[in-house]
Amino acid sequence: MATQLDTFETNLETVRTDVTRTTPAAFQETLAGVIDHPAVGASLPFEEVTLEGTDVTLEPTPDQLREATCGVTAAALGVADYGSVVLESTPAGAELAGLFPDRHVIVVRERDLVPDMAAAFERLGDRFRDGRDDAVLATGPSATADMGALVYGVHGPRETHAIVLEDNGE
Amino acid sequence: MASKRSQKADRIRHVMATEGDSVERNALGFNDGRYESVARLEDYDAYKDRARAIKEDAIERLPELIEAVRETVEANGGTVYVANDAADANRYVRELARERAAETVVKSKSMTTEEIDLNEHLEAEGCAVWETDLGEFVLQVADEAPSHLVAPAIHQSREEIATLFNERFEPEEPLETAQELTEFAREYLGERIEEADMGVTGANFVTADTGTIALVTSEGNARKTVAVPDTHVAVAGVEKIIPTFEDLQPFVELIARSGTGQDITSYVSLFSPPVSTPPVDFDDDEPIADDPNDREFHLVLLDNGRMAMRDDDQLRETLYCIRCSACANSCANFQSVGGHVFGGETYSGGIATGWEAGVHGQESADEFNDLCTGCSRCVNQCPVKIDIPWINTVVRNRRNRGADEGQLDFLVEGLTPDEEPAGLDLQKRFFGNFATLAKLGSATAPVSNWMANTPPSRLLMERVLGIDRRRELPTFERETFVEWFRNRDVPRPVDAEYHAVVYPDLYTNHVRTDRGKATVRTLEALGVAVEVPEVASSGRAPLSQGMIATAEGHAHEVSADLEPYLEAGYDVVVIEPSDLAMFRGEYERLLGGSRYESLADRSYEVFEYVYGLLENGTDPTPLRGGDAARGVGSDIAYHSHCQQRTLELEAYTTAVLDQLGYDVVTSDVECCGMAGSFGYKIEYYELSMDVGDRLGEQFETSDTADRTVVASGTSCLEQLDALLSRQPQHPISLVAPNGSD
Repeated sequence: MATQLDTFETNLETVRTDVTRTTPAAFQETLAGVIDHPAVGASLPFEEVTLEGTDVTLEPTPDQLREATCGVTAAALGVADYGSVVLESTPAGAELAGLFPDRHVIVVRERDLVPDMAAAFERLGDRFRDGRDDAVLATGPSATADMGALVYGVHGPRETHAIVLEDNGE
Repeated sequence: MASKRSQKADRIRHVMATEGDSVERNALGFNDGRYESVARLEDYDAYKDRARAIKEDAIERLPELIEAVRETVEANGGTVYVANDAADANRYVRELARERAAETVVKSKSMTTEEIDLNEHLEAEGCAVWETDLGEFVLQVADEAPSHLVAPAIHQSREEIATLFNERFEPEEPLETAQELTEFAREYLGERIEEADMGVTGANFVTADTGTIALVTSEGNARKTVAVPDTHVAVAGVEKIIPTFEDLQPFVELIARSGTGQDITSYVSLFSPPVSTPPVDFDDDEPIADDPNDREFHLVLLDNGRMAMRDDDQLRETLYCIRCSACANSCANFQSVGGHVFGGETYSGGIATGWEAGVHGQESADEFNDLCTGCSRCVNQCPVKIDIPWINTVVRNRRNRGADEGQLDFLVEGLTPDEEPAGLDLQKRFFGNFATLAKLGSATAPVSNWMANTPPSRLLMERVLGIDRRRELPTFERETFVEWFRNRDVPRPVDAEYHAVVYPDLYTNHVRTDRGKATVRTLEALGVAVEVPEVASSGRAPLSQGMIATAEGHAHEVSADLEPYLEAGYDVVVIEPSDLAMFRGEYERLLGGSRYESLADRSYEVFEYVYGLLENGTDPTPLRGGDAARGVGSDIAYHSHCQQRTLELEAYTTAVLDQLGYDVVTSDVECCGMAGSFGYKIEYYELSMDVGDRLGEQFETSDTADRTVVASGTSCLEQLDALLSRQPQHPISLVAPNGSD
């Protein structure tokens, strides 16, 4: 019997998103192995891990955003059924860091996984009414078929990579 | 009239030649994708029911929801403007641009701004306006209108786009691959986004309780359009409002699957603007997050005819549309011509008639409304279950009633005892009254057949009625099916368990009497007591010409003719699927109430009925099985009928044929393209054949080329006859015991 995490991982791969499982203790080492440079990001709203002390530039300038090849941001939720992640917008610009660079590294906690869209919308409804009301349900890299064939990497990232923080590391 | 028809034929021919291949490839790809993707979705039907219910409720409560959106958006810090019409909306956005001294405006894809021609108005204000969706960008560069609701440049091939870009932008290295074209557009539009002063988006949904705009996209351009400039204007039809945030869920599950056949798009943006992301000033070198968040947001809710549609009992359903394009992709005619033929000023595909009639006026729908043949394939594909063919029929009916006084009505006066106004298009009147013609044709056969097929007759029919000379005309039988049954001397089974009326539809009664006789022999061999009384024609012919009052008259006659049999416990067996579709479908609107229910509940397609008999233990031995065919005819290529498939009845025929030992392969096209009178009309003949070719090809493969061809519908049989050298037949003729008659 596949766990919710297994399902999530399988579906992430289906939507062309690489996955690395890690623990909070090994997070920064894992991150170093999957980011490209220069990288920008937004601080992670998690207690167990931080981007402080990594090569990721937090609070970038417009130039740094434009020059970055990699963006690192958190996902508020992961939707196992679809391999989707919920990217919340923040005043620090998480939306920008996950959108402009060619490669997007998404940090998602196992405990924030939900099985399906119904569960995701239930959780999101409460958040939205609480005022955390800008989010993107992102599934895989940006894509278009408008130029006559399917191409990845249009206005948004060409590559997506999820780092899943496992619960059992605590 | 004749020259207008030939002009239309010329235009269709031209678009098929220049855009047909790209349209076909893309629409078929989306259509196949949809079937696969919805099959993966558990509770697909339940989601459709929920989506429908949400939309019904939202449109019902629309005035109240508009005020709720105003409150929530204003509480979030934005502004709501309800625009009465296109001019009002354009004036508002133009003033915003002027006040902000906006030089560059970037847009994400929005059909609603296409509807009001917003770009032209902003350009008149001196703004440089850029479409950042790649499909829209191609159209902007090519100066063309969208040919599809979701993929607006569906008609352009990669090669054409490359030529277009190379000529317009003169890159150092000529662009060639989709990758190169995409990268070029990304860079070019990325610069436009960086300098943008204002971002304009549409909205797929607006939630009343949180003021959230949902944008369903895959490229990321909508996200950038919202994030980078400090002013965001969203233009949305009032019908996009749904009551609660949670109501988004079924639509998120359905919209991409229904449209392009993806389970979900890359991005479903759920923004409650003004968004919390800081705007980006690319001329600045301070950290972005330090920017004061002085965002401005304006939601322009567009009426432009929608509130009047809401008050119109027939057009109201159009407002439930989420513009997913399923009705276009599943439409056989659309697959051949795309939205530049099957579309009006802005909208395209099946639902476009409702939209164009509602927002641009009836005339914008007139030109393409006939492209809907009522095949009904879109009906089950629509995620909000809109009866799209009915909307098309209603608008056709209104158009008929608004038609100018005709000049040639006297020519067919004797043939047209209908309920329609004088001035109705002669061709429509002719086909709509086929019942009268068929009676006359049988009464005077074979002379009527000889006369009709002489070159002077065909020429006259083509000139006056627009009946294409390249089509073979039906051959009327002197002895009708009803007369044959009445005249034959066969004892009725005694103590039969089942009693059935075989409905003598127009074609079975006058033209294809063989399939009627085969049905009677089959049912009697299975122990059913059969009657074939005189019954009125179903009204399908006038309905498909938009002659609703006439069709309604037929429905009442049919109901009255069959009532005594229904009361006596008879079932009604129907051979022609398009007539069964009337009994089960449109009769609900034409008859209503218990008269509809008693007929609909007791009517069966012939193989559905045979299947039921066999399932209930009737011995199939009397029927001719695959063995009895001794190799010849035991391998079948079967084309079900479009409306039969919509009613989900195809499986009964294949199941019975399987059980009788036939080896069956089936076509998987949406429609044969003939569609009753459609394929006879000179303006549509070539389109009809183009659609038919997709079916013809499937029956000319190495696996199918030697198979016996069977098809359920009259139209399908005529079309297959024209497409193939093999003579097709109704499957009942194959399995019926040999008769002496």
